[in-house]
Amino acid sequence: MSKAATLEKPAADKAKKPKLRIATTSLSGCFGCHTSFLDIDERILQLVEIAEFDRSPITDIKHCGPCDIGIIEGGVCNAENVHVLREFRANCKTLIAIGACAINGGLPALRNHLDVTDCLTRVYCDRAGGKNHTVPNDPELPLLLEKVHPINEVVRIDYFVPGCPPSGDAIWKFLTDLITGRMPRLDHELLRFD
Amino acid sequence: MTDIANTLTIDGRTISFEPGQTIMQAALAAGVFMPHLCYNPEFKPHGSCKLCTVTVNGRPQSACTIAAMPGQEIQSDTPELNGRRRVLLQMLFVEGHHFCPGCEKSGNCQLQALGYEMEMLSPHFSHFFPDRGVDATHPDVMIDFGRCIMCELCVQASRDVDGKNVFALAGRGLASHVVVNSPSGKLGDSALEVTDKAVEVCPVGAILRKRVGFAVPIGERIYDHDPISVKALEPDEA
Repeated sequence: MSKAATLEKPAADKAKKPKLRIATTSLSGCFGCHTSFLDIDERILQLVEIAEFDRSPITDIKHCGPCDIGIIEGGVCNAENVHVLREFRANCKTLIAIGACAINGGLPALRNHLDVTDCLTRVYCDRAGGKNHTVPNDPELPLLLEKVHPINEVVRIDYFVPGCPPSGDAIWKFLTDLITGRMPRLDHELLRFD
Repeated sequence: MTDIANTLTIDGRTISFEPGQTIMQAALAAGVFMPHLCYNPEFKPHGSCKLCTVTVNGRPQSACTIAAMPGQEIQSDTPELNGRRRVLLQMLFVEGHHFCPGCEKSGNCQLQALGYEMEMLSPHFSHFFPDRGVDATHPDVMIDFGRCIMCELCVQASRDVDGKNVFALAGRGLASHVVVNSPSGKLGDSALEVTDKAVEVCPVGAILRKRVGFAVPIGERIYDHDPISVKALEPDEA
């Protein structure tokens, strides 16, 4: 994209500023937003000059430490999602909801007018064939919530980037605006709900 | 005695109007966009969506129903009014089932396009996640009640253009909903035909023609490249 904003490299003579820390995670999402984040392509090299990743699928760090920016993909559909989301809110100065699922529940929220037990029974017990006709009950499996919630119904969210997924250009525009201290803003071509 | 000029100002810009025009008609004719959902130039305005609310000499009024009068000072494109419009859109989004990635109207939808226009980044309010159901009993048309914003355009079109009275609004307040006039209450038993005006007039993805959903691909649709504030002023667009 020609009119892409760029991140200024820190001048060598200035005192070296500590790098920004960015954490990302996918709750009940499809990782499409993370894939789209990687669509910033080589611009990620500009990003890592001024930022480093904390908890993220990119680093495989399991728990979020103190961060400047947290990026959340996906809505809240189970107990683990709630814990992860609260951990991000507690550690991130700025929390960004990215993609339709985080903002309005998205595809998983289509189950919201159905009964969870009924869903599980139909999927795991009523289907023909297969040997284990019980709902999986391993203690390691997080329990499903009765409803899928957008993340702003659980914690305070500072910014929203809509899209399913938002394009790499939209994510880049938003991040560069935020990091360089401008009001993050998406113009018509970058602002999409689908 | 001198004649009073038929002019008014919108956001400080002086425009002329024809006597009998509403503020909305005068604005669109002069190339000034005012956000609207329930207003369609082909039908009698009824001022229900309130998106076109402007201030006329300091008072909030629906631009689609108020007559243009000489000397009116109108504010429309202001941060305060656009903020209120955004809240109205957010309430419409959370009240119904407006999941754009799963809707074949995406890109042609006026609700979505106005969301872009007003830079609605989040629905802000808690979602209702209503279960209003889908009626796909008609061979050529389906209706997803969850996407209905109750603009009444299909009611007007069916009554005034098609002469069939297929649709009506029933219930009050939050329980308001569109009902279908047929013995079973189903679209398949109604007099609706796929060529009816009522089918094409829906501004959102509630009433849809079957089997043409993705004939125009995402990315090439009405509001994919130009915002509704540009498209609405083009001659062949509503």
